[in-house]
Amino acid sequence: MSGQAAQDVRTENVFMSFAVTSDSHTLDAYRARGGYEALGKALRTMQPGDVEREVTASGLRGRGGANFPVGSKWSFVNKESPVVYLCCNADEGEPGTFKDRWILEHVPHQLVEGILLAAFALHARHAFVYIRGEFDLALRRLRGALDEARAAGLVGEHILGSAFACDVVVHRGGGAYVCGEESSLINSLEGKKGYPRNKPPFPAVKGFYGAPTVVNNVETLANVPWIVARGGAAYAALGNKANPGHRLFGVSGHVNKPGLYELPTGYPMKKLIFEDCGGILGGKPLKAVIPGGSSTPVLTAGEIEALTLDAPSLQQAGSMLGSGGLIVIAEGTCMVRLLQVLTRFYRHESCGQCTPCREGTAWMDDILARVVDGRGQAADLASLQEVPEGILGNTLCALGDAAAMPVLSFMKKFRNEFEYFVANRRSLNDGRLEA
Amino acid sequence: MKPGPGDADASGLLEEFDRLRDVYPRQMSASLVLPLLQIVQQQKGHVTPADARLVADYAGVPPMQVVEALSWYTMLHRQPVGRHVVKVCRNIACALRGSDRLLAHVQKKLGVAPGGTTADGRVTFLAVECLASCGTAPVMQVDETYHEELDEAKVNRVLEGLR
Repeated sequence: MSGQAAQDVRTENVFMSFAVTSDSHTLDAYRARGGYEALGKALRTMQPGDVEREVTASGLRGRGGANFPVGSKWSFVNKESPVVYLCCNADEGEPGTFKDRWILEHVPHQLVEGILLAAFALHARHAFVYIRGEFDLALRRLRGALDEARAAGLVGEHILGSAFACDVVVHRGGGAYVCGEESSLINSLEGKKGYPRNKPPFPAVKGFYGAPTVVNNVETLANVPWIVARGGAAYAALGNKANPGHRLFGVSGHVNKPGLYELPTGYPMKKLIFEDCGGILGGKPLKAVIPGGSSTPVLTAGEIEALTLDAPSLQQAGSMLGSGGLIVIAEGTCMVRLLQVLTRFYRHESCGQCTPCREGTAWMDDILARVVDGRGQAADLASLQEVPEGILGNTLCALGDAAAMPVLSFMKKFRNEFEYFVANRRSLNDGRLEA
Repeated sequence: MKPGPGDADASGLLEEFDRLRDVYPRQMSASLVLPLLQIVQQQKGHVTPADARLVADYAGVPPMQVVEALSWYTMLHRQPVGRHVVKVCRNIACALRGSDRLLAHVQKKLGVAPGGTTADGRVTFLAVECLASCGTAPVMQVDETYHEELDEAKVNRVLEGLR
């Protein structure tokens, strides 16, 4: 990196603050850019409660998709409990989302430092990273980072010569989307199939093996070193005041330059799509954006005009910022076939525990498969309204809602395409998915 | 836990099992279930009911819990698979970038539909859900390795390299 722009990036960015090279993920490289100084500062000059206070003051919210205030989540843990566990959720699987993989591959030590700081704040002696079973380079980089950290006295007993001790265990998942849900993750970590648990009790009260447990997303934890190094107030000043910080936005679909973009919250969505990402493939008009991973309600081109990339803006537009994965859809795309890609996915991933989700995801997919096959009936359109409404709010975990919201929003905003498909037994857009 | 009769290769597994046990806190032996199953699959390609029993005994959990996990996690194979496993993503970001076309191409190239294994046992072909590589779609995973920003020519090169 060179030049003034690079210099600005270096001081401002939380994640993409360096040039990626063949060894920029190593301990030496991370330390050379100030890595583990936050941990040293915390262990030398702060109490665990001070770390929690800085994180609370930062306004950091969960980056896995739920947007829950991190300081609050930590505050629910009884720190006097004989055992507290920390789980890092690296089971990234929300379609459209690929940020945690980047962190694991490129800044694994930043994550490890975040885990150690969180464990220090929570009095957690053991931390676990539940990582997607498919991840290969990410897994090797994380394990490599932990080996380096252990050898350097940063993980294990007497970290940096202090009384603080923490071990980090990497646990590979088995290929189940629902295990990204925190109580499902805990059951999976206990050697069971990943059924979500009923709540309350929340994991912070009764989690892993019955002990108070905090489950935080990779990107969430990787923010913590920056916050501890520079203070919660500095982080709270980044981006949108009501939903502060930097996020790794993943852009996929019909844009010229898909990829990962680190931006402050509050950044204009149109600017990201049309400037940073170089606009729509083939210069086509924009048709729709799924703004925060496949589960979040779709928005039309008209609806995104004035939107900014922060939770309040998306909420006002009737959607969610979710995991920060924007799926961009060009004019000419068949929304009926595209929705069936999603219903097939949710049907496959429904764990089968709650009837509305198990049965509802299968119904929605069967109906859409019939419509796409040219065998749809007028009554199918009514069912595509009733079935998701029957799932919403009636399941133990958010997977039911995640499956219902795309169907409801696609049906509401592109109803004419569904009606056309049923009436004419073919797609209004030639069934096109590619731009 | 001693290997039972008929479990000719169990001793090799147990060595690996012991190495894994040292990684987890002692009181958490139930947590070993999934990693133990992964070790079995890594060594043998798939997991049999006898393997599930071995894992249950080692982890100290009811065999039913292991059998449940084995059938529930999609990455675990209960049947033999090919020497290589080719997973082509079919989820939304890849669909928008041509995964339908690639799935059809792989199918034609291998002569088997998703879920199938080539007659020579070389490749098992699977259509899978999101691999968290949406910014470099379309993608496939061959054994452990991701192949991104695919087109037909790139797919050909990868598939032809599989022995």
